[in-house]
Amino acid sequence: MAALLEVDGLKAYYGQTQALHGVSFALEQGGITTLLGANGAGKTTTLRAICNMVHTEGSIRLDGKPINGRATEEVVRLGVGHVPEGRGTFTDLSVDENLRVASYTRRDKAAIERDRDMVYEYFPILKERLAQQAGTLSGGEQQMLAISRALMLAPRLMLLDEPSFGLAPLIVQEIFRIMRRINAEAKVSMLLVEQNAALALELADHAYVLETGRVVMSGKSSTVKSDEAIRKSYLGY
Amino acid sequence: MEQLIQQIASGLANGAIYACLALALVMIFVSTDHINFAQGELAMFSAYLVWQVLQWGVNFWIALPLVALASFLIGVGIERVILRPLHSAPILSVVVVFIGLLAIFHSLAGAIWGHTIKEFASPFPKVTFWGSGYIGPHQIGMIIVTVLLLLALFAFFRFTPLGLAMRAAAQNPVSARLAGIRVDWMLALGWGLAAAIGAVAGALVAPAVYLEPNMMASILLYGFAGALVGGISSPGGAVAGGFIVGVLENLIAYFGNLLEKVSGLYLIGNGEKLSVALIIVITVLTLKPSGLFGHVTVKRV
Repeated sequence: MAALLEVDGLKAYYGQTQALHGVSFALEQGGITTLLGANGAGKTTTLRAICNMVHTEGSIRLDGKPINGRATEEVVRLGVGHVPEGRGTFTDLSVDENLRVASYTRRDKAAIERDRDMVYEYFPILKERLAQQAGTLSGGEQQMLAISRALMLAPRLMLLDEPSFGLAPLIVQEIFRIMRRINAEAKVSMLLVEQNAALALELADHAYVLETGRVVMSGKSSTVKSDEAIRKSYLGY
Repeated sequence: MEQLIQQIASGLANGAIYACLALALVMIFVSTDHINFAQGELAMFSAYLVWQVLQWGVNFWIALPLVALASFLIGVGIERVILRPLHSAPILSVVVVFIGLLAIFHSLAGAIWGHTIKEFASPFPKVTFWGSGYIGPHQIGMIIVTVLLLLALFAFFRFTPLGLAMRAAAQNPVSARLAGIRVDWMLALGWGLAAAIGAVAGALVAPAVYLEPNMMASILLYGFAGALVGGISSPGGAVAGGFIVGVLENLIAYFGNLLEKVSGLYLIGNGEKLSVALIIVITVLTLKPSGLFGHVTVKRV
């Protein structure tokens, strides 16, 4: 399969501080890849770098075309749905408005309607909450809304930044089950960042392990999962 | 009693203008966290433009939309050319730029049109109608045009995709970018709309205060007061605040005069109206900094 996203020698900086020291990885079309690692390893920064939300150097290619240096909104318009850390809810807008904002760049009315129905099917609770102010949703519902907003962009690639963060285990299971369906049914490739390595390896087919801004190992999820040394030294379970 | 109703009615008419300016201030504030001190001078400049177009023999109701459009473009231009390069500059630099703009538009108007007071005919017919004793046709016209403008803006922000995108960009720029919204352009549009609203306010108030480069100085202060009373983060609140300040300044002067008549004690009167605006600003900032309708923003530092 062709690589959808290729990242090569990616460096990222927060002011003077360098957070990534040459990260390289590739993401297959249609697959789910996960970035694992401890706090501060550079997982979130990698996602932010792809969308040009931090100062970056190195090469990022989407479908073989370089995208680094493009403004965040232009990267998004190429079909990259970023579900950000902290969910990024438009708290003062209603749930319905949150979803409409997400399809603002699209002109294909019929397809938008279909995607709306798809969102309602995945997350029926959102349909019940359409008129509600989004800031009043529970954490789990806001996470569902964040994924739905990304879906309403009709993305080819979804970047998911710790979708399990701060949620009850049952809700997390539900959300991960839906993510698998989205990957299979809507044909959206995914790059998943997770603290919860066991959960992420369950869902993903490929894994990269980051440590202090570098890739220290990579491989099929099943390989990573079964390697006890990796598990103990990097994943902590 | 008749005088009281008169005062309230003219307070509402003035309040309409304050509401427009307050709304223009809030529109820029919610998306950039900046208070545009040049808002009044921009409105004054637009009023001169309307006057100029009227001198060319164009009908007021054609001149006003034309100038509103021109002001919109001026507003967009200012944001893109002057403020965009300063988007990560410290707040004081931006304030200095605003004061610079204020001085530039002030002098520009004086240089082009002169500093002498010009008469600006009311665009509304001088008719008598029920209630004419309480309120003049121009004042009624001011209220009607303002209310229509506010309704149109409300509909724009509430019901159009672009209005929604502008609200989203103001509220959460990071998430808005992640939805593919060109946030920088939304800010420029906000500036344009604010300038256009100011143009309408300037052209409506010019017949009441006469046209001169200083015409907006005190009105902008009332606009600030209105925005603060209603809540500087709330567009609807700013509009309500504008009307409240308009009525309040007249009522306070009215009751001040009444007090003087009854007891001979002069406390406050027409001469202190502007002080009333400043007292309102200080009181609100002390007692309820978020305004009547604003919400408190908590920032983690």
